[in-house]
Amino acid sequence: MGIRFILMVNKQGQTRLAQYYEYLTLEERRALEGEIVRKCLARNEQQCSFVEHRNYKIVYRRYASLFFLVGVDNDENELAILEFIHLLVETMDRHFGNVCELDIMFHLEKAHFMLEEMVMNGCIVETSKANILTPIQLMDKAS
Amino acid sequence: MALSGMRGLSVFISDVRNCQNKEQEHLRVDKELGNIRTRFKNEKGLTPYEKKKYVWKMLYIHMLGYDVDFGHMEAVSLISAPKYPEKQVGYIVTSCLLNENHDFLRLAINTVRNDIVGRNETFQCLALTLVGNIGGREFAESLAPDVQKLLISSSCRPLVRKKAALCLLRLFRKNPDVMNVDSWSDRMAQLLDERDLGVVTSSMSLLVALVSNNHEEYWSCLPKCVRVLERLSRNQDIPQEYTYYGIPSPWLQVKTMRALQYFPTIEDPDTRRSLFEVLQRILMGTDVVKNVNKNNASHAVLFEALALVMHLDAEKEMMSQCVALLGKFIAVREPNIRYLGLENMTRMLMVTDVQDIIKRHQAQIITSLKDPDISIRRRALDLLYGMCDVSNAKDIVEELLQYLSTAEFAMREELSLKIAILAEKFSPDLSWYVDVVLQLIDKAGDFVSDDIWFRVVQFVTNNEDLQPYAALKAREYLDKLAIHETMVKVSAYILGEYSHLLARRPGCSPKEIFSIIHEKLPTVTTSTIPILLSTYAKILMHTQPPDPELQNQIWAIFRKYEGCIDVEIQQRAVEYIELSKKGAALMDILAEMPKFPERQSSLIKKAEDTEADTADQSAIKLRAQQQNSNALVVTDQHPANGTPPVSHLGPVKVPTMSNVDCDSVDQRETQSNGSLTVVDPQPPSPDVLGDLLSPLAIEGPQPADYQSDHNLGAGVKGAAIAEEALALAPIEEQMNTVQPIGSIAERFHALCFKDSGVLYEDPYIQIGTKAEWRAHHGRLVLFLGNKNTSPLASVQAIILSPSHLRTERSLVPETIPPRAQVQCPLEVVNLRPSRDVAVLDFSYKFGTHLVDVKLRLPAVLNKFFQPISVSAEEFFPQWRSLSGPPLKLQEVVRGVRPMPLLEMANLFNSFQLVVSPGLDPNPNNLVASTTFYSESTRAMLCLVRIETDPADRTQLRMTVASGDPTLTFELKEFIKEQLVSIPIAPHAAAPPVPPQPQPTSPPPPSSDPGALLAGLL
Repeated sequence: MGIRFILMVNKQGQTRLAQYYEYLTLEERRALEGEIVRKCLARNEQQCSFVEHRNYKIVYRRYASLFFLVGVDNDENELAILEFIHLLVETMDRHFGNVCELDIMFHLEKAHFMLEEMVMNGCIVETSKANILTPIQLMDKAS
Repeated sequence: MALSGMRGLSVFISDVRNCQNKEQEHLRVDKELGNIRTRFKNEKGLTPYEKKKYVWKMLYIHMLGYDVDFGHMEAVSLISAPKYPEKQVGYIVTSCLLNENHDFLRLAINTVRNDIVGRNETFQCLALTLVGNIGGREFAESLAPDVQKLLISSSCRPLVRKKAALCLLRLFRKNPDVMNVDSWSDRMAQLLDERDLGVVTSSMSLLVALVSNNHEEYWSCLPKCVRVLERLSRNQDIPQEYTYYGIPSPWLQVKTMRALQYFPTIEDPDTRRSLFEVLQRILMGTDVVKNVNKNNASHAVLFEALALVMHLDAEKEMMSQCVALLGKFIAVREPNIRYLGLENMTRMLMVTDVQDIIKRHQAQIITSLKDPDISIRRRALDLLYGMCDVSNAKDIVEELLQYLSTAEFAMREELSLKIAILAEKFSPDLSWYVDVVLQLIDKAGDFVSDDIWFRVVQFVTNNEDLQPYAALKAREYLDKLAIHETMVKVSAYILGEYSHLLARRPGCSPKEIFSIIHEKLPTVTTSTIPILLSTYAKILMHTQPPDPELQNQIWAIFRKYEGCIDVEIQQRAVEYIELSKKGAALMDILAEMPKFPERQSSLIKKAEDTEADTADQSAIKLRAQQQNSNALVVTDQHPANGTPPVSHLGPVKVPTMSNVDCDSVDQRETQSNGSLTVVDPQPPSPDVLGDLLSPLAIEGPQPADYQSDHNLGAGVKGAAIAEEALALAPIEEQMNTVQPIGSIAERFHALCFKDSGVLYEDPYIQIGTKAEWRAHHGRLVLFLGNKNTSPLASVQAIILSPSHLRTERSLVPETIPPRAQVQCPLEVVNLRPSRDVAVLDFSYKFGTHLVDVKLRLPAVLNKFFQPISVSAEEFFPQWRSLSGPPLKLQEVVRGVRPMPLLEMANLFNSFQLVVSPGLDPNPNNLVASTTFYSESTRAMLCLVRIETDPADRTQLRMTVASGDPTLTFELKEFIKEQLVSIPIAPHAAAPPVPPQPQPTSPPPPSSDPGALLAGLL
């Protein structure tokens, strides 16, 4: 399965984007988000980017005020996921130009479109930024 | 259409953002939900733009964690919008809000299909993504051929094909049968030749799923994978867009190497050589660079290469290179690399002949156990645990014990268990083992499960040399001021048995032992008091010549507890008093405990189960089992230096564990109450306490008769499943050892007379049902509840309905998430009267257990009754008009369960057959009526008359009448079943489900498989 979920959470612990690739009920999501946000946000720069939680591994990365948290299976390649987060951020950067929390917040749909081009069913579909952004650019042009 | 175009949405988002606290946010969200709801109500006035806006708001609210239980229909309806922007929103929001079991999703299936087969490639992409993310079985069956076509079509552009690949992956997981393996393996190989790296990336994920299921069929893909890897590592024909910090798609490299790990070996020498060249280059050529991203990406590839090298069991030289690299990694400052170094070194333990090299790094690993980062400490703990053997056990266990005092609570339980296991497995001498466990209890009593102290008691009991030492140690701990209750238990038990061996030492006279133990009594809970009472009884018995003063003291205590509210304590107190009056006989009864039969350590089993919890179909696991490696994390009990050839990494279950664990006392209980003994959520933990105490309280040592457990038959068909499972996946599956909790038959019968309750339960799942019946229609909802913290996989629920029932079931998800409950509604229509029963064939996988049970569904004849009471004026004309067979049947029934008439009346009422008292002038007779509903008969009045013989309650005459001959017959038989047998378990006498002769072949064709199965049950 690979990627179970992708979360973007600010340093106050507010979810800015959540995409799950396995079904969880709302209560489970709330509990899960609460627990892992608590665990990850409490960590410092000297600690590694991986947190083991239940039967997941959380690979996370912080960009300014925003945390990107990706839940993966235990045997997933952690560094590959870590850099996948960076690829996602670079892709958003290319589109928004110096992406920040507010861009994601107020352009939730674009963030979703990008993610949708990059991950499907928990697997990576595309890693070329140009390809990822093509549909969004087409849409922007159309409107 | 950008979101900035949706002003209302932006305003809402910034409103929420400006909320000062959660309450304000809640209010704002509620207001918005109210607004959306009203807007949706008068849907006619909504423009597509407005609809889109509201649906986005819903998604936003959902993301904030609020329940959005309406508007799903609107989201789904946007999918069929003709314009792209609306359609896109519809697709994305639907896949976020709904799951595969959602009824609304079905409404969209046709639109989705039209989009997939249509010519608009942007629509195709949207539809494929939706199905890829949330498509269920139904989608799999109807869409798989179309999706396959798209994936291999030469006229399709890569952007569609890459999505088709992952969509197909989903459909394959939902129903593996949708892929025709024979024709697909060649196509799969062709896909790997594609130029477009997006298509190759997605296809590689598909391949991983396919080979993890069955690598045999995909050998032809192996050289292709190596080619992909070569292409990437040599940077041949890689567009700039696919290089990441100068590294050709690290993700595809990783995925390709992962796919290769599912093939057990590489036989072709050329392919092998090419692959090793690539791997060698990665191993040697990965340098540490300044740029973090580049460094991470190259190390991602390096770690995957390490895993692949380990898997391929390369030459020794290459292996030592790997270990050297890992040795370097675990000492670097970069925490991520340190973490991964430790993690991969643990995996490395499975490789032959490198343990000694790994041991050289022991000191460094122990340092990591003190790392400030818990993630790293956990890895270090796992590695130390894995690398432990007789040669280093003392050092490692010493370190772990030290760490125990400072470890965070989250880790202590696991740590305690690991210490106990290592001490048991690798103890150089037994006294050390006792020392370790007692220290463990002393330092972390709260985290020491009962299994741990049970095990030490077993060891001491079975090793005479150990007994004086253990007794002495236990005595020493009692001198401490405050000791943990578990320590009280274990020392009291040991001193009760063996304190007489210390008699000559100072402070160890029976009196002194008694008083120091008795000091602790006020501090302990009721679970410990019975153990203390037994200890006193034993001390008394060992005191020869008897000490009247001690005797009086102890008797006084027993008397005090004679009236204790706790039954266990009371019983022991009473029994010990009585026993002590028996004089010399006391000696025999309270003699030392006999040795325990050797059995697998419950601790080790527990550890295995923990492992199994997280065991996915991972490459590493598979490999470990394919190779029969002599890992140190093995599950066998022999010291690892023995390197037994049969050891596996994976859990090695003893298939008949339950039999071994049930001693004869348990078995008798099992028989008498007709229920299974497993109520513990951790099935393998045997009732050692029962073992320890039962012979004492009840009788002498029981013969070790491992009689087979007869109660399993009702629901669990072990052997058949094992074979079936083996055919599918020879490695992962194990015998079905999961036992139901409670009797399946009993639960079924209870549900025949009520509409909600538990249908089935085992340690992993509980299936509840709730039903509503109206005329000949019924709606039965199955609640599938996962009781665990890990998901249940491969869940399948197949309804085998008899021909008289038309059933329609909604989808069941393939996995049930941890602690989640999934509802599965089932619509039932009763076509005509019949007593056949619908059967639910339910199976799931938990870790290595494959469980398959056949459960009768309580959609039985009497559910279609509706009570009607008739007056004498109505009854008699009807009764007379239905004259003689086949509408009116009469039978003399013998062998009736004797019961008073009143009880019989209650029984009838309980299945809606309403008794009309006084209608029959004879007080020994009963007259009852009901209305039966089915599609063919419609509402039909049924009349019943029972004539009993007060002189012989085991026989009666029954007359049944209705307007339909089949109904009359079925009803007569139904009532007979209720009267003749014991309703609680009428089928108890039935033999256990015989394993079908050829479990892998489909059941013989029959027009009515449900009836056939019900017959079997």
